[in-house]
Amino acid sequence: MKSLAELQAIRDKMKNSMNVRDDNGNKIRVVVGMATCGIAAGARPVLNGFTEEVAKRNLDNVTVTQTGCIGICQYEPVVEVYTPDGEKTTYVKMTAEKVAKVVTDHLVNGKVVSEYTIGSVAK
Amino acid sequence: MYRSHILVCGGTGCTSSGSEQIISTLEQELAKNGLEKEVKVIKTGCFGLCALGPIMIVYPEGSFYSMVKSEDIPEIVSEHLLKGRIVKRLLYSETVTEDTVKSLNETDFYKKQHRVALKNCGVINPENIDEYIALDGYQALGKVLTEMKPQEVIEVIKESGLRGRGGGGFPTGLKWQFAAGNESDQKYVCCNADEGDPGAFMDRSVLEGDPHVLIEAMSIAGYAIGATKGYVYVRAEYPIAVKRLQIAINQAKEYGLLGQHIFGTDFCFDMELRLGAGAFVCGEETALMTSIEGHRGEPRPRPPFPAVKGLFGKPTILNNVETYANIPQIILKGASWFNSMGTEKSKGTKVFALGGKIHNTGLVEVPMGTTLREIIEEIGGGIPNGKKFKAAQTGGPSGGCIPAEMIDIKIDYDNLIAIGSMMGSGGLIVMDEDTCMVDIAKFFLEFTVDESCGKCAPCRIGTKRMYEMLSQICKGNATLEDLDKLEELCYEIKAGSLCGLGQTAPNPVLSTLKYYRHEYEAHVVDKKCPAGVCKDLLSFEIIADKCKGCTLCSRVCPVGAIQGTVKNPHSIDKSKCIKCGACIEKCRFDAIVKK
Ligand SMILES: Cc1cc2nc3c(=O)[nH]c(=O)nc-3n(C[C@H](O)[C@H](O)[C@H](O)COP(=O)(O)O)c2cc1C
Ligand code: SF4
Ligand code: SF4
Ligand code: SF4
Ligand code: FES
Ligand code: FES
Repeated sequence: MKSLAELQAIRDKMKNSMNVRDDNGNKIRVVVGMATCGIAAGARPVLNGFTEEVAKRNLDNVTVTQTGCIGICQYEPVVEVYTPDGEKTTYVKMTAEKVAKVVTDHLVNGKVVSEYTIGSVAK
Repeated sequence: MYRSHILVCGGTGCTSSGSEQIISTLEQELAKNGLEKEVKVIKTGCFGLCALGPIMIVYPEGSFYSMVKSEDIPEIVSEHLLKGRIVKRLLYSETVTEDTVKSLNETDFYKKQHRVALKNCGVINPENIDEYIALDGYQALGKVLTEMKPQEVIEVIKESGLRGRGGGGFPTGLKWQFAAGNESDQKYVCCNADEGDPGAFMDRSVLEGDPHVLIEAMSIAGYAIGATKGYVYVRAEYPIAVKRLQIAINQAKEYGLLGQHIFGTDFCFDMELRLGAGAFVCGEETALMTSIEGHRGEPRPRPPFPAVKGLFGKPTILNNVETYANIPQIILKGASWFNSMGTEKSKGTKVFALGGKIHNTGLVEVPMGTTLREIIEEIGGGIPNGKKFKAAQTGGPSGGCIPAEMIDIKIDYDNLIAIGSMMGSGGLIVMDEDTCMVDIAKFFLEFTVDESCGKCAPCRIGTKRMYEMLSQICKGNATLEDLDKLEELCYEIKAGSLCGLGQTAPNPVLSTLKYYRHEYEAHVVDKKCPAGVCKDLLSFEIIADKCKGCTLCSRVCPVGAIQGTVKNPHSIDKSKCIKCGACIEKCRFDAIVKK
């Protein structure tokens, strides 16, 4: 260790990957439906897509987790985004390709991607 | 990038209840389900709730699973990790309320705690230096080396009000100042990780759960006093601690955080472990240093104090593990952050090993000045089986008892001394109405007699005599004059002993004599043990009216002391009875009493 900067670099790199462990309520939670039908419909690549994308962009205010049956099998893979203000957005028929846009628009810039939401698809 | 982290406790408590097995099963199950790249398993140090082990926490949900068995792992993997359904039946019951799951930090056990020394314990992987660094590890060392003069470091520690956590409570900054003030070609920094107090395991938990904090703090101390070499004296009975500490030292060396020109400065510091054979007296500072030098660990008279002539005759400081664990945070967050916690003369927090007759046994860290009541009733969850709280013993063999009337005492160094006890290293043993105070005093004396190094007569012979007198009291063979003699002997041993072991050995006797003299008198005058513990003063009897004649008791009696026929009241032949208590446990009608 020749300098403080070197130490800082290790810290910043690791901090991000340890974020998962800090359970304060001020985070955006991305919840992917991972019951049997969700997995069958391709929820796993979606889940992994979110994890990777969040890591790539160092979004330390976001956690990605999964849940069981949401009750709308025909729309799987389903992803719910909870923001700290208590708002919930439900994205349906998600794919790995759609993930990047949700991350950039919604998680980073706070703009819901309405064309992927359940409201617009159900119409 | 992992989406989920599972922290499994790898502390001594959980390891002995099977956490290694849990980890390997977990890894197999994750692989079987193709989750090994998504879920990371981390072995940590102690969480503090050892009685509930093996313990694991799944993040990001923060689900706290306790008493996990290998058989439960497939369910946790397939339900929780694959499908996101928390396995409620395995959650620590305190975290489950009617419809929500609380996080561990909201439970009664943790709510009142404030973790400074234990900040990283149960949070990081102690075998991974990067995780320590991620939580600001080695930042304080970097800061002192690049921005502060040694004297400035000492000033911060002085101002913080930190006092030694190894028992005596000596101001840490002052100790450093003394050592810094002595010119020498060589100085040393030592760490006391001997932890000889029966019942205490906070130092072990820090070593196991956060070993790098010790390396960082000792390096800071080295810089402050002008030392280039550190020794950690740790008992060989702590194999997990020794192993993790060695791993940590190796990693720190690899990163150049130990060794030559740390952070590119002129400061060089190196560290080594020294294993102790586990003699209580080796925790005494002069004995400890003698032992590091390779001699038999016997105390020597002070002065000269170690700050003048310590290890190998050079200026040396010795601090306790928990004392060191506070240092990096004091440097980073400042003296006023630290001294805003605690009481007027005892700043910061203290870790206690909570044991005895209490629901939540384990490690707790609370601000100094927290009341005994808060610790016992709120954090500890009270006394089991509806029994009454009788006393709390603090300070181990050097300490004494706090009687029930004083349950609202604010715990700090000075309040404990004032009532005849001591902080010690922080063992806190809770006793209920079934505890005999004479027996407790005898228990600690037995320990002292075994551990006295024998160098000086008051301690070697005096503690033995004390033990014998206590034994006679427990047998009902003592007189009131003997009680006075016992008390007198206590003061003589205190005054005449060379080291702290002998000087404090009478404390358990003195404090119980002070608060429970009536109990001693009951043994001496009435030949009764009020708590029903001292066997020689007990007799077992069957209350004929209550006995249903079920014969259970006579069948378990190992010496055939119980007579009686079916459906008729039984009786005990006192001349045969060996007072084993087997019958009382069997009787379902409460017909047997001990008096
Ligand atoms: C008999 C005896 C045993 C001791 N055992 C320990 C021990 O196990 N751990 C410890 O830190 N201090 C122990 N001490 C206190 C040390 O001698 C010393 O005061 C302490 O380590 C200094 O560190 P501190 O100022 O950080 O508390 C013991 C003292 C005596 C007299
Ligand atoms: S007081 Fe006891 S332990 Fe200490 S030097 Fe004397 S005999 Fe040894
Ligand atoms: S106490 Fe033990 S020895 Fe005595 S009567 Fe009961 S079972 Fe028998
Ligand atoms: S176990 Fe109790 S009830 Fe049964 S014979 Fe013995 S004393 Fe009587
Ligand atoms: S299983 Fe997919 S919504 Fe129920
Ligand atoms: S050893 Fe696991 S909680 Fe203490």
